[in-house]
Amino acid sequence: MNGQVAAAYVVPGLPHPLLAPEASPAWRKLRGAYARVAAEIEATDADLILYFSTQWLSVLGYLFQADPEPGWTLVDHNWHEFGAMKYKMRVDTEFASAYAREVKAMGHYAREVNYEGFPIDTGVVVAQALLNPSNRFPAAMVSCNMYAEKQETLSIGQAAVRALEKTGKRAIVVCVTGLSNRFEVEEIDPLDDKLSSLKDDEWNRKILEILGEGRLEDVSEVMREFSRQANADMGGRGIWWLNGLCGKHNDFSGRVFEYQPIWGTGAALAGLYPKRAIRPVPGWVNDEADLVERFVGAGVKAKASDSSAARPVAGEAVIENRRDEASRGEGPPSGVVRAEKAPEPVGPYPHARRVGDFLFLSGCGPRKPGTKIIPGVVIDAEGNVVAHDAEAQTRSVLENIKAILEEAGAAIEDVVDVQVFLTDMKRDFAIFNKVYGEYFTKSGPTRTTVEVGSLPTPIAVELKVTAYLGPRSRAGAR
Amino acid sequence: MGEGKIIAGVLAPHPPHLVYAENPPQNEPRSEGGWDALRWGYERCRKSVLAQKPDVFLVHSPHWMTVVGHHVLGLPRFQGLSVDPIFPHLFRFRYDVRVDVDLSLLIHEEGRKAGLTMKVMRNPDFRIDYGAITSLYLMNPAFDVPMVSISCNNSPYYFSNEVGQEEMKRLGEATAEAIERSGKRAVLLASNSLSHRHFTTEPEIPEDMSHEHIYHHGQYLWDMQVLKLMREGRSRELIDILPEFMDMASAEVKAGALTWMISALGFPAYPAEVHGYGSVIGTGNAVVEWAHERMKNERAHEREEGRERTRGRWGGQADGAAEERTGGVR
Ligand SMILES: [Fe+2]
Repeated sequence: MNGQVAAAYVVPGLPHPLLAPEASPAWRKLRGAYARVAAEIEATDADLILYFSTQWLSVLGYLFQADPEPGWTLVDHNWHEFGAMKYKMRVDTEFASAYAREVKAMGHYAREVNYEGFPIDTGVVVAQALLNPSNRFPAAMVSCNMYAEKQETLSIGQAAVRALEKTGKRAIVVCVTGLSNRFEVEEIDPLDDKLSSLKDDEWNRKILEILGEGRLEDVSEVMREFSRQANADMGGRGIWWLNGLCGKHNDFSGRVFEYQPIWGTGAALAGLYPKRAIRPVPGWVNDEADLVERFVGAGVKAKASDSSAARPVAGEAVIENRRDEASRGEGPPSGVVRAEKAPEPVGPYPHARRVGDFLFLSGCGPRKPGTKIIPGVVIDAEGNVVAHDAEAQTRSVLENIKAILEEAGAAIEDVVDVQVFLTDMKRDFAIFNKVYGEYFTKSGPTRTTVEVGSLPTPIAVELKVTAYLGPRSRAGAR
Repeated sequence: MGEGKIIAGVLAPHPPHLVYAENPPQNEPRSEGGWDALRWGYERCRKSVLAQKPDVFLVHSPHWMTVVGHHVLGLPRFQGLSVDPIFPHLFRFRYDVRVDVDLSLLIHEEGRKAGLTMKVMRNPDFRIDYGAITSLYLMNPAFDVPMVSISCNNSPYYFSNEVGQEEMKRLGEATAEAIERSGKRAVLLASNSLSHRHFTTEPEIPEDMSHEHIYHHGQYLWDMQVLKLMREGRSRELIDILPEFMDMASAEVKAGALTWMISALGFPAYPAEVHGYGSVIGTGNAVVEWAHERMKNERAHEREEGRERTRGRWGGQADGAAEERTGGVR
């Protein structure tokens, strides 16, 4: 198979399999899997290994390792008792520059780092030591921007394949990331290392099942939910990056080498082998708003309804229960939703009401449920609002709406119409719009935004939302 | 031993920009200055603190991150090169620091007694994080006072800000206990900025101050609210609003250093002194001193005077027991 990617791997980046494989059967198995992956890589004709590690965090855009021979003795901040990791790497600086250029061309800040002693992260050091110990392949690495959302991270992945094409290189792509990222917070006996919760374990297995089928795009699409449920390592950014690099599709054969706990977190090694040549995607649009998130695979959705999925797919059950209550002559009338995780109404109305396939939500503000606290508001001694933070408020409103939808058995994807009320259009619209864009896309719900003189409580943002729960609802919304 | 005391607590933020701006010989990059208000604030604070002849600086930095317990350094000396992973173009600093291992071990012991998971770091190749180095440099550029560095344990925040705070309060109490037992004169450094949203781009010349301003006004107002509580000695209220501050202003105090320090100081009711406030790539930073020993002496003096007056009026019937507890000056 031609193309810019020989194979892609997902590997964990904690030092235990490298430094203490004999301390725990789980870590030893991971070490074994690392060796099997290393053997596969060894047999390829790749020009370099390209790493993305969730442990190399950046704030100002993206950093690219540009020291041709970085070396250091690394001691991990937390796992120092397992010993030091001495490394000397060979870096493909030509590719690093080319990659930085592509990222800049997409409008992001990029910087090549070539400094003695620059701290290469534990994840890359571990992966490099176990996959490429003799430096047979030169390495390249890019940082993980902790503020980047999904679309940006996908684009940074796509920039890598552009740089590979321009330099005429073929890479082994390694995404160094954990799965569920909940550590045991106390000392454990490594012999008894196990996943810190059954739910995390179930989610990890679900992710690996899809990955094992080679469906990278599908895994990428469930990362947000995976993060909510199982505290995904860096919110799943590693998978997004890999998916962006590979061009957002499911056309791989996949293989899961191993899945084990490391100190309660989920650690797995998986391989993805392209069934079609990976090349830059023509017309990949850089403007985030133009990137419509599409749901490609059907399997994930079907599987989401099995018992281990925490989020109900259809809302019928919830609503029906409430109808039953109503039919007994007590409780709320038909179709009425009173959500527990949303702020209490300030008058005689429910959070939402379902009529047929439509779910109408009452106007919703940013107030925190169960309190009188309004996020993002500074109030003086007289109770006057002296400042508000439109970003915090918008986010809080949208989270409240999500909570109401979820308790009604719906999801934010089901929203078909949004009415927005702002008290200060001039000041707040841009920031509101930005946060809104994190929740909805251009092909999402219709929207109307107006400025109002005031709202019943000292809030600056209120949303009125309608969702459609009938057949094909999500396909229609997206 | 025993009779050790905390002589001061300092909110000592660690933007590496401040070190870069001073051009010390240990730091490789060169600058044309910048962020003066904060650096001059540090200078005033430094004078005030060093005049009291501390034996040790204790620093809690969010950039030594641990997930299993609170770690302390257990070797007497660390030398090396600290390179900031986020701003490597500004901070590549050769350090040589001495560690007060006895005090580290006492904190380890007291922390365990308090039910906390504690660990001693004894790997000689360990690299000290740039946050601790920055705060220590700015308080004492000569590095001639030993230090104790305590890691930032992030794990309680898996649960909630409030759980995290409770744990840091306990660590603060354990630290105070350990200092008392050590017989040392200690200064606590809470190495945290305040509001922490920052710009994700940087001007061509990083120290070009025509670009520097707070990220947004709401963040400034939050900083002012928090500083007001510090300046009015309302440290209980301060700690109570921190969880909200963390959410609203992405505050770095989430890392727990401020809570740890205020708790070790016993929730002081005297006013803290703000030596300087300014923004660094949009984040809010303040250098604030709790002049613990001085305020304690002043209060004792005031009480003494009050007693004299009482004695004068009622003929020596002063009732020491009725004296109001001043909100816990240890
Ligand atoms: Fe920091």
